[in-house]
Amino acid sequence: MTLPFHPDISLLLEGIPHPAMILNTGFRILSMNRLMEAMTGYPKQRVSGVHGELVVRSNTGNARGQLYSHVLQTGEAASVTGDVLNCYRRKIPVQYTVSMLRDESGGKCGLLVIAENIAARQHNAKTGKGDFNSIELIGYSPKMQKVFDMIPLMAQTDASVLLTGETGTGKDKIAEIVHQQSSRARFPFIKVNCGALPLGLLESELFGHVKGAFTGASRNKPGMFKLADRGTLFLTEVGDMPMPLQVKLLSVLDDRKFVPVGGEESIRVDVRIIAATHWPLREQVRNHTFREDLFYRLNVLHVHLPPLRERESDVRYLLDHFLQKFTTALGKSIVGFTPAAMQSLLNYHFPGNVRELSNIVEYAVNICKKKKINKEQLPTYLFDKQLQENRQNETVPAKAVEPIHPTSNRSDAGEDRPTEINGSSWVDIERQMMVDALRKYGGNRTKAAENLGWGRMKLWRKMKNSGLLQ
Amino acid sequence: MRKLLIPIQGDFVAPRFDLATEILIVRFENQKMVGEPKTIIMERPSEENLCQMAVEENITDMVCGGIEELHYNFLVWKKVTVLDAVIGDWRTVLDKTLAGTLSQGEILIHSDDEQPML
Repeated sequence: MTLPFHPDISLLLEGIPHPAMILNTGFRILSMNRLMEAMTGYPKQRVSGVHGELVVRSNTGNARGQLYSHVLQTGEAASVTGDVLNCYRRKIPVQYTVSMLRDESGGKCGLLVIAENIAARQHNAKTGKGDFNSIELIGYSPKMQKVFDMIPLMAQTDASVLLTGETGTGKDKIAEIVHQQSSRARFPFIKVNCGALPLGLLESELFGHVKGAFTGASRNKPGMFKLADRGTLFLTEVGDMPMPLQVKLLSVLDDRKFVPVGGEESIRVDVRIIAATHWPLREQVRNHTFREDLFYRLNVLHVHLPPLRERESDVRYLLDHFLQKFTTALGKSIVGFTPAAMQSLLNYHFPGNVRELSNIVEYAVNICKKKKINKEQLPTYLFDKQLQENRQNETVPAKAVEPIHPTSNRSDAGEDRPTEINGSSWVDIERQMMVDALRKYGGNRTKAAENLGWGRMKLWRKMKNSGLLQ
Repeated sequence: MRKLLIPIQGDFVAPRFDLATEILIVRFENQKMVGEPKTIIMERPSEENLCQMAVEENITDMVCGGIEELHYNFLVWKKVTVLDAVIGDWRTVLDKTLAGTLSQGEILIHSDDEQPML
């Protein structure tokens, strides 16, 4: 596309938030921004016309301008991690990116060089464990420490990673951190849920399609593999991937190229794969529902995330963290849990792991009106399950649990016993709270609203939203 | 008599001291070269080996491109006069060093110059 104007190159360079310079085809400096002047220690006027590598002295395989020549010949941008030694005798770690510039006629006219200072990123990677807290990855148990120890190792390689663990154990977070700490951090991190889409759609989603490939394909679509080029593709629920697609995925992993749906030309990509599943993949391989060769291809670096019940020492830290998070978010002044509430939480086995724990704390913080969360402010299903377990242990048959009813205008509910909540979403929990409160006060909305700490209008609105009113 | 060491790369002073593999050693006295310049090709780049070489060869002067503070301080401590961050064709640099007119951080290339090979 031809621009309707000719931008001032110097001003354009100033708009880049990293040290940047433009070289001509002989690799001499044409222009550089102030950040590049500051990094190298040379003012633009003094080094204009000098070979770029003599000024930006890097160790990125650019001796005698080899990297520049490669980019100019192939036209493909290169991005290398290394350092720059400036005239103040300081080594600065950089992500050195060289890309080719073309003029309006399409001819090669020079190179754009960006030397992003990655000192801060490297510092973060070195300081390691403590920093995971800021991204809600909390764990002091030995099993989690082992996982944390693996993160830097996974980050410094391009090998495929397989993350396994129950739902809610933090597979997505680990994948994101590995990407953020890797040299691919500045390129896209794309997540694809392999279990969410049917075969045809998933194939088109992953590999893209060309215009006219199938009915409704009115334009070319690049696909997630293409979009994640030079970055990371996170395939979650890979165990649910249909068999025919597993073959195609395997071939992409082997050849690093693929053909879009309905296309003829293969596209070359440089993508790092992180796969995750909550299924035991080995078992799936034995049952012939997952390809063995793909399993071994993905299982280069395997990390198993322990369920919360195996990291009991972390529960208190997680409770404190989420309590603080939700208290701050909701502007409340809750300081903690009563001993009885804490004991109940510690006794609970959290089948939904950290996600469930977070939801429980969010629920409790929402309905707590005091300084400390007590037992009554915890979701009732917590105790029902404990009760059921106890009953099962005592070999007494469990009483059938009353389901949620669509309307609340039941005056026959004289009992105060809270009802089992089947879903763990906040909407379900809130709905059940309303049902319980209305039942308790015989359908009196004013009293129910008061009990919930809401206004009458708010209760009416929420009842309407959750289908409790016709 | 003084002894000058210049890490070089092609026709230029090597951009980085720690990555240089070609070393030029020149003996000079009263602004004139004594004998022929000596070129050493190192097996692999190493700033530690270069510093050691400077000490063993009794180098009194050194001209280089980028050098780390640590190695600069070491050489200065070993009484080597170091002119660093110099950019230019090593022959011109050598002439200016002999004449005593080279300064630290000098750039001896101009935009309209026909530049030799890096």
